[in-house]
Amino acid sequence: MGRKILFITTDQQRYDALGCNGGRIARTPVLDALATNGINYRRALPQSVVCMPSRSTMITGQHVATHGVWMNGVPLPEEAPSVATTLRDAGYATALIGKAHFEPFLDPFLRFTENQLGTSGDFSKIVDGHVHRGFDHMESASHGGMGNFHYARWLMQNHPEAIGMYYRVLDMSLQVNSAGGGDTGGPQVHDNPIPRDWYHTDWVAERTMAWLDSLPADADWFCWMSFPDPHHPWDPPASEKHRVNWRDLDLPEGYPADRARREALLDDKPRHWRMWYEGEFVSNFEAPASWVPKTLTDDQVREINALTHIENELIDEAIGRVLARISARGWADDLDVVYTTDHGELQGDFGLMFKGPYHTDSLMRLPLIWRPAPSSGVSAADVSTPVGLVSLASTFCHIAGLPEPDYVESSRLPTSDAEARGLGHERVLTEWDSVLFGKIVRLRTITRDNWVATACLPGSVHDGTEGELYDLGSDPLQQKNLWSDPAHRATRDDLLADMWDSLPEASRPSVTWQATRRQCDAPV
Amino acid sequence: MGTVRRHAFIECSADEVWGLVGDPARLHEWFPITSTRVEGKKRWIDLPSGLCFEEDIVTLDHDLRRFQYSIVNNPIVKSHLGTVDVIPDGPSRCVVVYSTDLDPEVMALMIAGAAGAGLERLQEIFGSGEPGKGDGR
Repeated sequence: MGRKILFITTDQQRYDALGCNGGRIARTPVLDALATNGINYRRALPQSVVCMPSRSTMITGQHVATHGVWMNGVPLPEEAPSVATTLRDAGYATALIGKAHFEPFLDPFLRFTENQLGTSGDFSKIVDGHVHRGFDHMESASHGGMGNFHYARWLMQNHPEAIGMYYRVLDMSLQVNSAGGGDTGGPQVHDNPIPRDWYHTDWVAERTMAWLDSLPADADWFCWMSFPDPHHPWDPPASEKHRVNWRDLDLPEGYPADRARREALLDDKPRHWRMWYEGEFVSNFEAPASWVPKTLTDDQVREINALTHIENELIDEAIGRVLARISARGWADDLDVVYTTDHGELQGDFGLMFKGPYHTDSLMRLPLIWRPAPSSGVSAADVSTPVGLVSLASTFCHIAGLPEPDYVESSRLPTSDAEARGLGHERVLTEWDSVLFGKIVRLRTITRDNWVATACLPGSVHDGTEGELYDLGSDPLQQKNLWSDPAHRATRDDLLADMWDSLPEASRPSVTWQATRRQCDAPV
Repeated sequence: MGTVRRHAFIECSADEVWGLVGDPARLHEWFPITSTRVEGKKRWIDLPSGLCFEEDIVTLDHDLRRFQYSIVNNPIVKSHLGTVDVIPDGPSRCVVVYSTDLDPEVMALMIAGAAGAGLERLQEIFGSGEPGKGDGR
């Protein structure tokens, strides 16, 4: 028997959500214990700050320009490599339970396998002679009670009255809904009367345990347990709202209470920041198109944060139940747990919510914990070297005792800072591309040596000269943009040169990009 | 209003391709839908998800090789015009252009995605090598 792999992801979760990372509100004892006994990565970054590209990086071990999912709505090709396939070929039982999102959700023509499975209730499909994405078992969920997901199907069959209890994620124009609720009228805030047992967080954990229960005791397995929370809408079960009273919360450190101060911070950044804040330029589908960030109030920030903390606590407790079940099966000593998320959430930073082309810690600094199997003898550590989600696929293969696949673009995660340099971990690269009916934003970012530099490529609002440069050591909130500071010009140029040398060829500005990029088939 | 466009070159004469594309009742033979019903200037298409779209046939011009239609009586669609052009590129090659103007704009992307799949299917039917690629706007 080999090591078992429990890969846990959340959706849109900040680094500081967890107690082990400095979070002071949500109680996350299960994850804190994993961090104490494992490796806690202090500077983990995604290769994209939206779901589909980031998740495609996780499963392929490739940068965005290579796997080609450059924006939400662009499907990952059926023939793309999958670490689940590699593990399955090596004899692992494989499952993904919860949010997948390698293919668009909005799919009235039912073109995509994920949606076909969720609609039919089947758990796998052979496509072109291969098990889809390499998973023996895919059981899907998303952020509510509707859509082409197994969870929606389960809810319809068992608790149809609960479907309407959730917030309606999209409005009648199929845009991300901007309707407010709760006590403060915050966007995507909603009082959800659904019983906790029926909520998608608990459902994902229950279905994970059911799949694990179906395995023989001597199985080797890879299970991706993928929680849809704490991604908006912010509508945890009302029964749990007592956990955190939003009125008791301080405002986040990244949200200066003074409006003039917030706006000055935005004006120090490339122009798309302030333009979105004013409602003048909505570049992407990941936030409500009709919501103007400038209207955000202090109390809305508090309430959204409180609901997020509650959702994070529910996730931690759900993980605890799954780990207990795994222990009961006798697998604890051989169990590796890897925990992360696909990207962060602005959650009030700079007066903004949701996500978009904003490459600061709010969206880019992620929780990432690897608790190696106790039987492996790997020591606990804190790793401060920057690492990317692009390393996950090779890490899973390493755990399984397999050679590094030839399709991955990064070596495995290091188990210490000392090991990091030898494995080639020095810089992390992040890309953003969005094209929305003629509105084009393209960013390229490098994180290295406690600096983060972002170049804005020519697009609808940028002429190619703008960018961001932050000293993460002296400016942890990224409130002082040094891009145009002559004193830091050499640092900026060095970082950018390294970035262009390190990015895949396909990510560079090119006149052929428009003609060669994969098509966007849906908004999300 | 969202406006999108897909196109594909096909190694076949415009007349032959138009023989299929220009028949509104044969849409299901190349577009990712399950069935098509035409009565006069009306068309109904059934989608694999169970949805049914009611459409008005706006233009069917066999000389121009242009087909235009509009989704109507739909709770989501406020306005829509779909245009399919088959344009000759020499005697044995043509380009099929599928344009969509739609409010709400989000839905235009999904129609474009389906159109892309349809264009690829046309290339399979008529024996072309290159998968359908357009510029997506």
